[in-house]
Amino acid sequence: MLRFIVRRLLWAIPTLFIVTFVVYCALRLATNPLASYARANPRVAKDPEKMAQYVETNGLWPGFSGYVRGYFVWLKGFVTGNWQVSIKGSRPVWPNLKIALVNTIRLGLLAVMVSIPIGLSLGIFAALKPGRLRDTAVNTGAIIGFSVQPFISAIILQLFFGVQWAKWFGEPLLPTSGLYPPGHQGFDPVLMLKYMILPVIVVSIQSIASYSRYMRASLLDVLNSDYLRTARSKGISERRVLVKHALRNAMIPIVTLAALDIGAIVGGLIISEAVFDYPGMGVFFLNAQSNGDFPELMPWMVIITSSVILFNLLADLAYAWLDPRIRLD
Amino acid sequence: MTEFQELNHVDPPADLHHDDSIGVLQTSLSPKRMAAKRFVNHRAAFVSAIVLTMIIIFVVLSPITARYGINESIFKAEAGHPNQNLAPFNLAWFGTDSNGRDLYSRIIYGAQVSLMIGLFTAIGSVLLGTLVGGLAGYKGGWLDDILMRVTDIYLALPLLVVLVIVRGMLKNVDWVTAIMGDTSSVRFLVILLTVVGWMGVARLIRGQVKQLKEREFIEAARALGASSSRIMFRHLLPNSVGQIMVALTFAVVGAISAEATLSFFGFGPDAGSGMTSLGLLIRDSKKAVPPGYWWLVVFPGVFFIILSLCINFIGDGLRDAVDPKMQQEVK
Amino acid sequence: MSTESALSIRDLRVTFKTLLGNVQAVRGVSLDVQPGEVLGVVGESGSGKSVSFLAVMGLLGRNAVIEGSAKVGDTELVGANQRTLRKVRGNNVAMIFQDPLSALNPVHRVGAQVAEMVLAHHHGMSKDDAAKRAVELLDIVGIPQPEQRARQYAHEFSGGMRQRVMIAMAIANDPKVLIADEPTTALDVTVQAQILEVIDRIRKEMGTAVVLITHDLGVVARMADRVQVMYAGRVVERADVHSLFHQSDHPYTRGLLASQPTLGRERLSPIPGAPPNMLQPPSGCAFRVRCAHAAPECAGDVPELIQVRRTETACVRAQELEALV
Repeated sequence: MLRFIVRRLLWAIPTLFIVTFVVYCALRLATNPLASYARANPRVAKDPEKMAQYVETNGLWPGFSGYVRGYFVWLKGFVTGNWQVSIKGSRPVWPNLKIALVNTIRLGLLAVMVSIPIGLSLGIFAALKPGRLRDTAVNTGAIIGFSVQPFISAIILQLFFGVQWAKWFGEPLLPTSGLYPPGHQGFDPVLMLKYMILPVIVVSIQSIASYSRYMRASLLDVLNSDYLRTARSKGISERRVLVKHALRNAMIPIVTLAALDIGAIVGGLIISEAVFDYPGMGVFFLNAQSNGDFPELMPWMVIITSSVILFNLLADLAYAWLDPRIRLD
Repeated sequence: MTEFQELNHVDPPADLHHDDSIGVLQTSLSPKRMAAKRFVNHRAAFVSAIVLTMIIIFVVLSPITARYGINESIFKAEAGHPNQNLAPFNLAWFGTDSNGRDLYSRIIYGAQVSLMIGLFTAIGSVLLGTLVGGLAGYKGGWLDDILMRVTDIYLALPLLVVLVIVRGMLKNVDWVTAIMGDTSSVRFLVILLTVVGWMGVARLIRGQVKQLKEREFIEAARALGASSSRIMFRHLLPNSVGQIMVALTFAVVGAISAEATLSFFGFGPDAGSGMTSLGLLIRDSKKAVPPGYWWLVVFPGVFFIILSLCINFIGDGLRDAVDPKMQQEVK
Repeated sequence: MSTESALSIRDLRVTFKTLLGNVQAVRGVSLDVQPGEVLGVVGESGSGKSVSFLAVMGLLGRNAVIEGSAKVGDTELVGANQRTLRKVRGNNVAMIFQDPLSALNPVHRVGAQVAEMVLAHHHGMSKDDAAKRAVELLDIVGIPQPEQRARQYAHEFSGGMRQRVMIAMAIANDPKVLIADEPTTALDVTVQAQILEVIDRIRKEMGTAVVLITHDLGVVARMADRVQVMYAGRVVERADVHSLFHQSDHPYTRGLLASQPTLGRERLSPIPGAPPNMLQPPSGCAFRVRCAHAAPECAGDVPELIQVRRTETACVRAQELEALV
């Protein structure tokens, strides 16, 4: 087990290099940092000497070899903590990125805590009586859930709980934008929770739909297996058959799925965050993107790709831990 | 036919599927008819197919079904008699937008563009995805490795991020824009969505081909000396048609949703060019939330949900129909 | 038959409700098994031989409708509630399945799976005692180093060893009846013999009644005391093993015997055609569509089992055909 972890971690390092290099190239091409810099600093743009200096310090040379050299310049700065300052406003990137990251993790974990229990329960509920009304209802509900795109549910919820509710009852039922009321200072978890309700609902709709489908499929597979028939033939209680044999086995793929899902949280809530103006990674990305702010986008991408790679590893480990058939060498 | 001959009639063995575990002999229907029967039996899919057909008829017949032109005001605004942001009434069933245009008609025009984008993108993605996925699944080796690694990372990243970055890259390469046209054109969007969308299809087809490759009849064909291309086109492809249809259906929803997401964030086609799409209509509805013009939010949103719901149900029904595991399912 | 049957089945019928209609998998099967006896149940895939016994155990899906009677001792199993069935399963009647790899839970240790069977019917027994008993059972079925093996998983065992585990599990509570559903089909020939030997030893030592479901006439010849042949959900012939092999009267049984390879015979004669569609089983004798001796009268009533020479045969022409052989 330990050897496997060490080896996988060692593998993760070259993977990270390759991925960050590809991301570096893609972002350089997509954002054109030099042009963005010129746009943000029109006066500096008129001074070719200063522009050339900007190119030199940030490694923004053209051509493939320029990209390779530029990558190492970026990498050195990134690893040593000398991050490039943002193009817009020339601010250090990390303080804002950290706040966005914390906010998103908070929102994402809350959404996971809501959607996994609900989704799994629905899936189990459906799989226990396949073909019956409850199964059809859960399945249909799941497909409806998939079909409700987050930007649609977000604005409809905003309209209903914010605007229309205020029209009918005098004040909105739930806050529809931000993390705190304007001008709020300090940390107030209860107030924050209230602001997170609608974004969490929006994120959870599709999560619940997919967890319920996966759980149903996985459990049905197990319920139709030979070893479940063996378990029933032993004369143990149905409850024990379901818990010890069926659920235990059906959870294996679900746990790996959940691990991958949690890894995708940090970059995956963009739409909900954007509509509700929730100051997380999504809003950070959209702002940085609209400014073509390469120095902000690059660490952002590094964080989300590392999270994906890390949780991929965790998913593999969880799989091996839960299923004795998987061998780790 | 005498009675005795009739009694001696035995179904051809090829049509008998039997299941050793419970020893039940099943069906004398052909697999295609079985699939058709299962699809019709999937009530939601069947109803969805009817609804979608109706939507498509409505959208295609827009000269008849739309009540106003795409940029036409429902009437000329006069002092004390504005045409903007009117709640639904008999002249505009779904109300009017901030320019006094009929929302009902605009949804029809928008659906036209969205469905077109969805269809073209889906066809492109499925062609490319089937080709690459089929080759990777059949040949294996480095092609397969690369496909899996690239799609692994692609699937793990948020779709919007991938779309936005790829869009930025394509935009900044001169020869690409020469082919693809302006970033605000529909053509650019279709190509962008295809460039990103084929990977999901490729994985699906790869899986299917890999599975089929191990089946006895393919091995038999290979043992009989059939060429690779013959195996691919005569055996693997026809046996994957069901999966390809499923992929196509889901690719349409995927493309429509991706268009809407991009438009919602302002990365879509240009609204100024005398056209609209469902995504653009939904983007406009953002502005209608604070003043509470509910019709501008609800109608495009709900229409979009119904449209994707129909296609999703059809895809689900097709998948069930194609999946042989369903054969034993209870009524 | 004897009054002290270990298992007694009367007119058992099983119907599956499927998308395409009702599949009549078992259409009136009756049998008795005596303690210490091996009853072979033979038939092609789809003849209803496994389904009959899964039905008795209450292990079929929700879409199965079961009628008739099946008694273990005084306990009626058809239509019994889950509680009654649970008490019988694994305790009075135990079952061994065809593919031991898929029949064992891949994520639980083998010893724990055997111990679970012990605990299921010994309330109050401690987990440690059950684990010890499991090791004992593994030893009884001939698994070397049972302590270590008990801590392993099914995928670490060979096919034959896995089937031994299944047997250990089945005999954990001294069942009156052991139903072995194709126990050797998935195994190598050499391993087959060992497994059959284990089953036979247990029958002798514990006086268990064994139902041996198989399509392999060789296995039947070697193990069974009596045999019944099933076709299309019905018993078509019943006899002691000797009579069946030497003086069978049903054309189907003869067909089966003729399609078995034996030394010295030059050609195998397969039975033409395929088993009937059980959605609409043929009227009268179900075998008549494939039978070389079919006559118009075969389409009449469903033939009952009658004594012809040394076997009970369900064929209206059995008497006439006797002369043909």
